Amino acid sequence: MTTLILAEHDNRKLNPVTLKVLQAAQPLGGEVDLLIAGHQCREVAVQATSIAGIRRVLLVDQPWFEHPLAEDLAALIHSLVNEYSHLLAASTSQGKDCMPRVAALCGVDQISDVIAVESPRVFRRPIYAGSAIARIESSATVHVLTIRTAAFEAMTVRPGSAQIEEVTLVPQPTRVARFVSELLSSAERPELSSARVIVAGGRALQNADNFSLLNRLADTLGAAVGASRAAVDSGFAPNDLQIGQTGKIVAPELYLAVGISGAIQHLAGMKDSGVIVAINNDEDAPIFQVADYGLVADLFDVVPELTEQV
Amino acid sequence: MKILVAIKRVVDHNVKVRVRSDRTGIDLDNAKMALNPFCEIAVEESVRLKEAGLADEVVVVSAGPVAAQEQIRAALALGADRGVLVKTDVNLGSLAVARVLHTLVEREEAQLILLGKQAIDSDNNQTGQMLAALMGCGQGTFASELKVGEGCVAVTREIDGGLQTVELTLPAVVTTDLRLNEPRYASLPNIMKAKRKPLEVMALEDLGVDVSSALICLEVAPPTERQAGIRVASVGELVAKLKDEAGVI
Repeated sequence: MTTLILAEHDNRKLNPVTLKVLQAAQPLGGEVDLLIAGHQCREVAVQATSIAGIRRVLLVDQPWFEHPLAEDLAALIHSLVNEYSHLLAASTSQGKDCMPRVAALCGVDQISDVIAVESPRVFRRPIYAGSAIARIESSATVHVLTIRTAAFEAMTVRPGSAQIEEVTLVPQPTRVARFVSELLSSAERPELSSARVIVAGGRALQNADNFSLLNRLADTLGAAVGASRAAVDSGFAPNDLQIGQTGKIVAPELYLAVGISGAIQHLAGMKDSGVIVAINNDEDAPIFQVADYGLVADLFDVVPELTEQV
Repeated sequence: MKILVAIKRVVDHNVKVRVRSDRTGIDLDNAKMALNPFCEIAVEESVRLKEAGLADEVVVVSAGPVAAQEQIRAALALGADRGVLVKTDVNLGSLAVARVLHTLVEREEAQLILLGKQAIDSDNNQTGQMLAALMGCGQGTFASELKVGEGCVAVTREIDGGLQTVELTLPAVVTTDLRLNEPRYASLPNIMKAKRKPLEVMALEDLGVDVSSALICLEVAPPTERQAGIRVASVGELVAKLKDEAGVI
């Protein structure tokens, strides 16, 4: 078995989700290489060399990878595939965008959102918004997987001695797609995918001003802020905060659901959290069925009080 | 410009699904079926492009059982011009569907192909990207805004940190996210009109597409259920529990 993991990074730092993918790769056995494709991103490769369990860090430094597009990333990974039995990436927007394209170029199916690796050929993944778990066996020539990182602990970083290998034979950009611009949310708070605590709000917050009540509580707790689909659709919170079946899947140590009723599509995104707290004035809200601690009360009373007391 | 929209018949999103007792799959007997919500957004967007004079024809295609004609008719009632059903009772994987769509795109010479980003049954989120790979064209996944220009389309995408805009040369594949639009309700006259719109049914076998898959589903199991915990009476009690009992703050 030889595995290639597509690293997530911003040309400066390795994203911690990559350490979770590395953890998911452990039951596969064999060697693991890490692919870092970016521009002026050698620093990321150097960081990666100190992670135990990585054989080689493949570094691709090209101007068109400053904002890597799926078209070019997929062509790059496809050009490297001969050496590998498994290709892995996180189920992030980048992984979900790129890996199915890789799989199709290789002429194989992809296994999305893997939550358990039973053997090099048998995997588990949720279907129907997590209402069922499918056990899938693959006999593909190369196994292409995206990893639901909320299901795996990050690999502890222990000193390693991986070699950096610069990839020089890189396919030219496809030019069928061009990067235009990016509008990224400011990163004052922890990222949802790696936060220890998440404070999430729903429609009951009524408007964007009220939604910012949660920011103070989150900052007191050192938490990330999330939102239900209803809150995002109503314009209370930006789309990248959405937690649920079709948004982000999270599993923090503590999840505080504030004014969220708990539709199955939302539960699909957070029910594997360590401790779940639900604050809602509707005592029949389904969120209470998964909450460890439920408080039936008006959130506009509770949130300021909670911010004071923690 | 011709737009091809790929749609899928799935269980209605309000249905609480159950795993079959023999663990071979999901029990869908008598379950209400519907057009996949993301596919509905794709249909709506294509109809809006046609209404804006940016598209000449909207063709809706699906690969699935005979009953998927209901969902094609639903899309026609939203304003699409004609439908194509590739009939099969086999549960096709994403790559197989992408291969079927690739054949139809070539036959129809479509310039813009719209799909939902994921189906709410298999939750795969693959078909659009795979189709773009087979076509060798650009892909704008998770679209929240779409602007058609001369020989190209600009797509604003929902990504983890915010939004990203890419420009794709046509032909191109776009997959829709939730915020792209809010689909209209089909009016009764349009539902009646949709019954007379052309709907071609062809057998999967006649397309000569390789639909084999290297994946087999060994088992479908229910997830481990989370048990409801306790109710607390006050913020003070909650904070105490989180500190002393759970130890998370």
